[in-house]
Amino acid sequence: MSTDLGMPMPPAKPAPPFPPEVRARLEVDAKEVIGRYPQARSALLPLLHLVQAEEGYVTGTGIEFCADMLGLTAAEVSAVSTFYTMYRRRQGGDFHVGVCTNTLCAVMGGDEIFASLKDHLGIGNKETTADGVVTLEHIECNAACDYAPVVMVNWEFFDDATPQSAKELVDDLRAGKHAVPTRGARLCTFRDTSRILAGFPDERPGAVDEGGAGGAASLVGLRIANGTQADEPARLTPARRPPTEDVAKDAPASPSSHDAPARTAESDPAHPAPPTGPATDQDGDQAP
Amino acid sequence: MTEPSLLTPVLSANWDEHQPWTLDTYRRGGGYDGLRKALAMHPDEVIQTVKDSGLRGRGGAGFPTGMKWGFIPQNDGKPHYLVVNADESEPGTCKDIPLMYANPHVLIEGVIIASYAIRSEHAFIYVRGEVVPVLRRLHNAVREAYAAGYLGKNVLGSGLDLELTVHAGAGAYICGEETALLDSLEGRRGQPRLRPPFPAVAGLYASPTCVNNVESIASVPPILNKGVEWFRSMGSEKSPGFTLYSLSGHVKRPGQYEAPLGVTLRQLLDLAGGVREGHRIKFWTPGGSSTPMFTDEHLDVPLDYEGVGAAGSMLGTKALQIFDETVCVVRAVLRWTEFYEHESCGKCTPCREGTYWLTQLLTRLERGEGTEQDLETLLDVADNILGKSFCALGDGAASPIQSSLKYFRDEYLAHFEHGGCPFDTAASTAWASTAPASTGAGAHS
Repeated sequence: MSTDLGMPMPPAKPAPPFPPEVRARLEVDAKEVIGRYPQARSALLPLLHLVQAEEGYVTGTGIEFCADMLGLTAAEVSAVSTFYTMYRRRQGGDFHVGVCTNTLCAVMGGDEIFASLKDHLGIGNKETTADGVVTLEHIECNAACDYAPVVMVNWEFFDDATPQSAKELVDDLRAGKHAVPTRGARLCTFRDTSRILAGFPDERPGAVDEGGAGGAASLVGLRIANGTQADEPARLTPARRPPTEDVAKDAPASPSSHDAPARTAESDPAHPAPPTGPATDQDGDQAP
Repeated sequence: MTEPSLLTPVLSANWDEHQPWTLDTYRRGGGYDGLRKALAMHPDEVIQTVKDSGLRGRGGAGFPTGMKWGFIPQNDGKPHYLVVNADESEPGTCKDIPLMYANPHVLIEGVIIASYAIRSEHAFIYVRGEVVPVLRRLHNAVREAYAAGYLGKNVLGSGLDLELTVHAGAGAYICGEETALLDSLEGRRGQPRLRPPFPAVAGLYASPTCVNNVESIASVPPILNKGVEWFRSMGSEKSPGFTLYSLSGHVKRPGQYEAPLGVTLRQLLDLAGGVREGHRIKFWTPGGSSTPMFTDEHLDVPLDYEGVGAAGSMLGTKALQIFDETVCVVRAVLRWTEFYEHESCGKCTPCREGTYWLTQLLTRLERGEGTEQDLETLLDVADNILGKSFCALGDGAASPIQSSLKYFRDEYLAHFEHGGCPFDTAASTAWASTAPASTGAGAHS
């Protein structure tokens, strides 16, 4: 999808709006978000999370919606959405699996975990499994270095990971089984996660209290000071709860590896997404 | 043997209690008592108390917190804003996330006290987006605080009106830089601003704004509650108080160690069970990847602002990343450099272009295809970034390169001689056998 100059093609026409009932619902949410700020434009990052919660990624439709709500141009909104790595530019999986490969996690085994997941899933960086469940990405430092190497799923912590635990984790996700973070609540889908990021609290009963106060590393200094630290190393391979329940999936399965930026919203069935191309990393990032 | 009594858990003191993130648990331990004391004082007295405590910013720069508050002009007719920088993203740094996850109320109490002091009626917590468990706890704690009358109209009958908005970022290291954070909070690309004007004069929406790190703000309630003398009884004259040191990497018990400023890595390692079995420390960072690295020569450097500065680095975020002799320093530095290249916002040419070329040079060096001349070029490029951009991201990119060449120049050379990396990457993993690593395998690809 490029011109001879290698530049992205301009959209053929403005992105279609959300269907009226979707727009009406999102407008209520958007106004609530805007109301939290002294100046409306501050709501842009949360609104981008909100439209991502609606469609799974930031589409032209979502961008137009944000622009409309804030009195901005689509170009102004696009400029912001493309600056931040958490906004997807094409459809991805229900579960975003991030493997930290910044220096400390990398040397502690993050590189090996990332390589083994690529091999196990048969996909590359920022690509999605054919069943639309898992999008794999290597990520930067996620502020959990004392639990290295770290894997994040939908931005919940899976601390002290190993290649084996990571492979079991993605297998569980693809089998529709619950995977329980070491820190965080039972997983919800990528879209539901995006809604929390938009500033709408997780209303699932008990979710706030799941995951405890932190693992052994968080508590080690306190426990030594209190004389309650056992003498074994704090670094333990976490035991995950046996997978039993099925995860409710409300998002339709999505094919992977669309060219970015994709121009078609799911809300616009008249303009289907371009065909799935060869699986490549559109953003030019190199796997480490 | 270092005595466990060296440790001084304050912010982490209740983390082992039942559900420490709840308002009930926090209040049982004296939570929000500091706020009541603050509200009984004049706002200027609160600022003076924090000045007298000597509390210095825990986000890296170490600027005195009370002085920062004092810079906010008063009676200027403009709204004032408090913005908490919870964008913790500096590689190696992992203190604010566990703090907000386990004990979000200590931050919220600090926010209310700080807002009262600087006369702010709207405060923000800008938390990086990639930590949903923390966001969940913050949402809940803010909701609890509103319900209990700590936030909203007429806080505890004091006349203070305060709104607190929890704002999730969207993935950009640069937003930890305070002016980039403000641009991001205004709904823009997170790019640093030229200073002056400083945020205290023209910050959020061009109004006087105080941007403080999570740990700085969270340290305020205990100061108000227990007093300046108590706080100054810990640490040193110029770096008083307690702080969270985060040990990670090749240590037996990585994690959070809250101790007085000025403790040494030797003492902390002693408590942490030392470097992992059968290995020895090779290099470490005192405060994240942007602070020049140290070696085993520096185990007795006092980890306070002056001590680390005098030894040629910076205390930074007290992110003590420990690397043992199995780790190739060139690999480590290349990976950090790739990070800075990826995260450079693109605004300033020296940083945008320089980090690109640093990555190219280091990649070639790591493959063993470099020359000795490349090392000079590397230093030249680093020198052309350092101090020549709007913000400190570029400086951070130069630090690991300059410091690693200072201490490990021979290791760079060994890559040419070996025709590649002489280290076995499998030996550094958390699951590597504890037997001393075999080096020279050249298994890294």
